[in-house]
Amino acid sequence: MTADQLVALLAAAVTAGTPLVLAGVGELLAERSGVLNLGVEGVMLVGAVVGFAAVVATAAPWLGVVAAVGAGALLGVGHAFLTVTLGAEQVTTGLALALFGTGLSAFVGKPFIGIPNPAPFRALAVPGLADVPVLGPIFFRQDALVYLSYMLPLVVWWWLVRTRPGLHLRACGENPEAADAMGVDVAAVRYGAVVAGAALAGLAGGYLSLAYTPAWTENMTGGLGWIAIALVVFATWHPGRLLAGAYLFGAVDVLGFRAQLLGVQASSIVLRMLPYLFTLTVLLVITALRQAAGMPGALGRPYFREE
Amino acid sequence: MVTTARALDVAPAVGRGVAWAEALLIRLGAALAALAAGAVVMRAAGYDPWMAYREMAAGALGSWYAVEQTLVKAIPLALSGLGVSLAFTMGLWNIGAEGQLAVGALAAGWLALGAPGLPAWAMVPGMVALGAAGGAAWAAIPGVLRAAVGMNEILSTLMLNYVGLLWVDYLVFGHWADPTAFSFPYSRRFPDSAQLPPLMGAVHLGAVLALAAAVGLWLLLRHTAWGYEIRLIGTSPRAARYRGAPVARNVVAVMALSGALAGLAGVAEVGGVVHRLQQGISQGYGYAAIIIAWLARLHPWAVVLVAVLIAALLNGGFVIQTTGVPAAIASMLQALLLTFVLASEYVVRRHRRRRAVAAARAGLRAGP
Repeated sequence: MTADQLVALLAAAVTAGTPLVLAGVGELLAERSGVLNLGVEGVMLVGAVVGFAAVVATAAPWLGVVAAVGAGALLGVGHAFLTVTLGAEQVTTGLALALFGTGLSAFVGKPFIGIPNPAPFRALAVPGLADVPVLGPIFFRQDALVYLSYMLPLVVWWWLVRTRPGLHLRACGENPEAADAMGVDVAAVRYGAVVAGAALAGLAGGYLSLAYTPAWTENMTGGLGWIAIALVVFATWHPGRLLAGAYLFGAVDVLGFRAQLLGVQASSIVLRMLPYLFTLTVLLVITALRQAAGMPGALGRPYFREE
Repeated sequence: MVTTARALDVAPAVGRGVAWAEALLIRLGAALAALAAGAVVMRAAGYDPWMAYREMAAGALGSWYAVEQTLVKAIPLALSGLGVSLAFTMGLWNIGAEGQLAVGALAAGWLALGAPGLPAWAMVPGMVALGAAGGAAWAAIPGVLRAAVGMNEILSTLMLNYVGLLWVDYLVFGHWADPTAFSFPYSRRFPDSAQLPPLMGAVHLGAVLALAAAVGLWLLLRHTAWGYEIRLIGTSPRAARYRGAPVARNVVAVMALSGALAGLAGVAEVGGVVHRLQQGISQGYGYAAIIIAWLARLHPWAVVLVAVLIAALLNGGFVIQTTGVPAAIASMLQALLLTFVLASEYVVRRHRRRRAVAAARAGLRAGP
């Protein structure tokens, strides 16, 4: 592999990792508030199709983003209602959401199959930074949503660790009784975290159909939503590690598509198994080594004041 | 991520004594609400829901042919639904029926394509055995990982779904590809000896397998010591450990058995319906199985019944495509059904708990 090929591969890894950053940070927020959302895959698909439909209708890429985020948020309200208000079992409701999103997106998306995106996001070189050797082509010749994704983990990290509302959110995930005693409205915080998390999953889906592919195909996420959830475990619930992990997974994904160009003799189908096998292996190592270090103490546990 | 074994919290959802009639009513109400929500979505997408539901019903049950097609679809759904519900009974989240079904189909196909000269009396039982073994092996991987290092089985079974389906793709585009269907995602056709014998029209031997599996599972869970142990681990893992139940060994065994049933679903599809391996062999049956297991509250008889209903829904969704409504309406309705039943159960349960708490408080105030 030449240096140029390596740089191109790493740039592609950043692009491929972007939906994982967006969805992963969203899931991290929800989980740190104590709510597991296994519906990411379905929410991403709905975000992808709704964002795409909006762009087809208006030819305005940012309206597509708004639509994808809005659709994700709406599904988040549903998940929050089931898990926070009703206290339903989070694994099951999350699976229901994943299946619902898959079905809904395929239903709504039928007329959009085969239509090109009239206004996809295109790469914008950041003046000055784009010409820095190596780093420039990797990080600063991307589209606007990628730049947004750089800031997201930083902002979320700062907000979680350094601000009072962030502290409250973590308290809800670690020990809702104590948070309640501190005067935090646990239900409201969890609603906020789940809705924000799902909105980000919607955006992650939108990224696929508005910038990455850019088109709509059924099940176009191909398991990225589940990988995003695995990534949160991999990152031990820390936004910074999540960013690094997302690019690592992005690199594996890209390798799967490009290995043949680099002269690796293997079936493209076998190479497409790589991200899943890699996720499996990484999770295995993480679990064996650290036994879920960093997991919020009250993750998955409903909280009701009267009990 | 939730890593502890946890029972599906279904038993207390509706009080035990009174109520299966009540439970049935709640479910019917939830089902109607799901249909209404589906109608809203259809209307929003510009379709006529009333027409759609009518056409779906006709397509699923309107003729003998339709009923046969529905029953044929119910076979893999019942088998994988039984597998999933067995795992759920022990609090194991096997979300991998989709991949286990694919590997089961693949293992059966390996025999059918590899030894085409076998007579039917050897071929059919061989495919059944290999398919079950394939599904079991695929499910045993997350089982072992869970038992040995405590790895979350939701994510591992899911990842293996993608790997299993890609493995099928690899073979149907590669070594097993049908040379006459150039570049189509089909394997060569299986020999005639590899066809599951028909029972009634399109309904094939798989129906017997499904019913036998339901009976077997019911006997296992309700009438054997091992079944009792499985249920105990599901409802109260701590109590089970105190009683000395070998939890780790059961995790592997139950996952394997659960996967074996999904593998049989794969055998039913390749041996009974498509007679070859093809891309998308499962059509989402493994995910529908999760919904079925839940709606049936993990009871084997109910799984068979619900599988037929979901098969009708899927078949109706398939038929309705001719009128322009996408078949995905069926999978959306399934998920809505699950969501509404889940919501209704928790509403009922919380309502009861509040009532019980209020009654207890009133009792305390009144004094002895």
